[in-house]
Amino acid sequence: MQTERYITRSSRIRGYSIYLNSKLIYGKSPTAPGDFLNQAYQDFHINYPKFHKMDNMSKLGLLASEILLKDQLYKTRYQPYEMGVLLMNASASLDTDIKYYKTVSEIPSPALFVYTLPNIVIGEICIRNNFKGENAFFVFKQFDATFMAQYVTNLFENNDLEACLCGWVELLEENFEAMMLLVEKSGSSDAMAFSKENINKIYGEENG
Amino acid sequence: MADLKKQIIAQLNLKDLKPEDIGDDQPLFVEGLGLDSIDALELIVLLQQEYHIKLSNADDGPKAFKSVRTMAEYITTHQGQKTPK
Amino acid sequence: MNSSVSIAGKGIISAIGKNVPETLEALENSHAGIGKMNWLNSAHAAKLPVAEVNFSNKELADMAGMPVSTSRTALLSMIAAKEAILEAGIPDFSSWRTGFVSANTVGGMDKTEQFYSEFVNSPQSGKLRNVVNHECGSVTSLVADRLDVRHHVSTISTACSSSANAIFFGAKLIKHNFLDIVIAGGTDSLTRFTLNGFNTLMILDNEYCKPFDENRKGLNLGEGAGYIVLVSDRVTSTLPRKPVCALTGYHNANDAYHQTASSPEGTGSFLAMKGALEKSGLAGADIDYINLHGTGTHNNDISEGTAIKLLFQPPYPKMSSTKTFTGHTLGASGGIEAVFSILALEHGIVYPNLRLHDPMKELPFVPERNFLKNQKLRHVLSNSFGFGGNCSSLIFSKT
Repeated sequence: MQTERYITRSSRIRGYSIYLNSKLIYGKSPTAPGDFLNQAYQDFHINYPKFHKMDNMSKLGLLASEILLKDQLYKTRYQPYEMGVLLMNASASLDTDIKYYKTVSEIPSPALFVYTLPNIVIGEICIRNNFKGENAFFVFKQFDATFMAQYVTNLFENNDLEACLCGWVELLEENFEAMMLLVEKSGSSDAMAFSKENINKIYGEENG
Repeated sequence: MADLKKQIIAQLNLKDLKPEDIGDDQPLFVEGLGLDSIDALELIVLLQQEYHIKLSNADDGPKAFKSVRTMAEYITTHQGQKTPK
Repeated sequence: MNSSVSIAGKGIISAIGKNVPETLEALENSHAGIGKMNWLNSAHAAKLPVAEVNFSNKELADMAGMPVSTSRTALLSMIAAKEAILEAGIPDFSSWRTGFVSANTVGGMDKTEQFYSEFVNSPQSGKLRNVVNHECGSVTSLVADRLDVRHHVSTISTACSSSANAIFFGAKLIKHNFLDIVIAGGTDSLTRFTLNGFNTLMILDNEYCKPFDENRKGLNLGEGAGYIVLVSDRVTSTLPRKPVCALTGYHNANDAYHQTASSPEGTGSFLAMKGALEKSGLAGADIDYINLHGTGTHNNDISEGTAIKLLFQPPYPKMSSTKTFTGHTLGASGGIEAVFSILALEHGIVYPNLRLHDPMKELPFVPERNFLKNQKLRHVLSNSFGFGGNCSSLIFSKT
């Protein structure tokens, strides 16, 4: 028996532009990644002071999830343990590893050290939204829609989850991009089926 | 104490706050400013960097860091001959 | 789709031994592997005890059959994975669809640190070959190539729960008929990066760690690797020596509380253990032994203990933290402790929670202090909880 699954929302941050459900909603000219993320935080009125304490990768992941989950409807629809998070990237937490290492010669920074693991971004998203379901972080050489589709499908087939936030959150020094999808068991008539092809479509859309 | 507030804001990335938003006796942790255990460790780093005071037991932190006033007092008592940078 | 996943082999290297027999002997004799820092070059060598694998990189490279320039993380991984495959003795190994799912948190950081100290003095010096395998996935690939595993290779990095998640992911790959064999577990070597980091969090004990003791002060870091060979029913039917254990339950949940600290009520740990029980179809009373996450930090032990108190009823299962032997091996701990759990089932043994003097006042149970033989064990629960709120529990059962 095949359970139905849909991509009910998507967010994409790439090239200093932000897309919601494939529509361009925000754009800035290139600056330092940290400045762009802070500016977007303000412009989207996120109001979560802990944001400023995060490393750039967590900021990027949190921003993508905030934009994705803006209407908050899932909070009435699902129990905390029914919501899972699966994220992937290529550079793990290297960006913060480097920054942390620079502090080691004087006084190592505890606030930086806690971000030297890639899955902390999942923790931050879970804390913000009170998600308690299955969560995993995979490191791949490049974006892998096949794996994403397989893994998340699996979680649904095992009845582990009712909804899943999955995506790609990659940041290393000046380069960054994120894609996040909300996958649910039912969707409106215009919702896309959750498939490898559609994931690739959302991921690659802005490439032209 | 105003300088100390500025240093706390910078060290902990409390970007939404201004020094005057922090009361001298306002609790820094939990119900007050809402700082957490990592912030406590960063305050220990701040003492070491700016005032050359070494706090070796993490449990002393919460006592010294109850409010900006207790922190200032802690600095005055422990600073000894050393002057801040 | 719901075929079972059996365990055909296991391999381990840690501070208490370079293989399964040495490990068993150390456990039986209560020989902890924690001691003075010997191999890692750190300013904290005199102050902070660690649980190092007591061999030089040269000796490890000989055991692994890899060049001495290889990251220690990969050397440890290779040694344990080879032992696991050897024990499994799968006929026509290369004819099956095989995967290597390996976890680690430091990657080739040990080599990068070597490069960095040379490079920082002069940009002309430092060997670039020391940094090419810095990345976590690179360590997995190095070993997978030598094991000749081709169908699936992946790396999981979810802090201290990494290798429990690798095992659980490996089991799913078999259950859903993507693969027939998965070598799953994890590896981590000690580096200055992790030592200094944990030190800034002030959660390292400058004496030998005392998990679940009222006066616990923190954890000791360790290094090592642990792998198990998971096989499908089809593979099992070809084995000359039938597996006696299976992975019957697994679950992962997020604590959603703090980047590094666990919630006081242990929500994530509770959900992970409860989910694993549900998956295996067992009740709390069916669990005979719990291999605790038990790091020895104030925060972990009260959080994990509170979750156990909530989920289980008296008489409580026997339980202990084997980190009192191996230290906390981070990305390797779930793999190493899976091997301990399986050994417990195979030999009917329960390990002592060393150095436990004053049991925690908040808890209605006391971890086991002695090495126990001739125990009737049918189901063992193993906990691995990591930074980022990532909590995982595995259940191993006798078949």
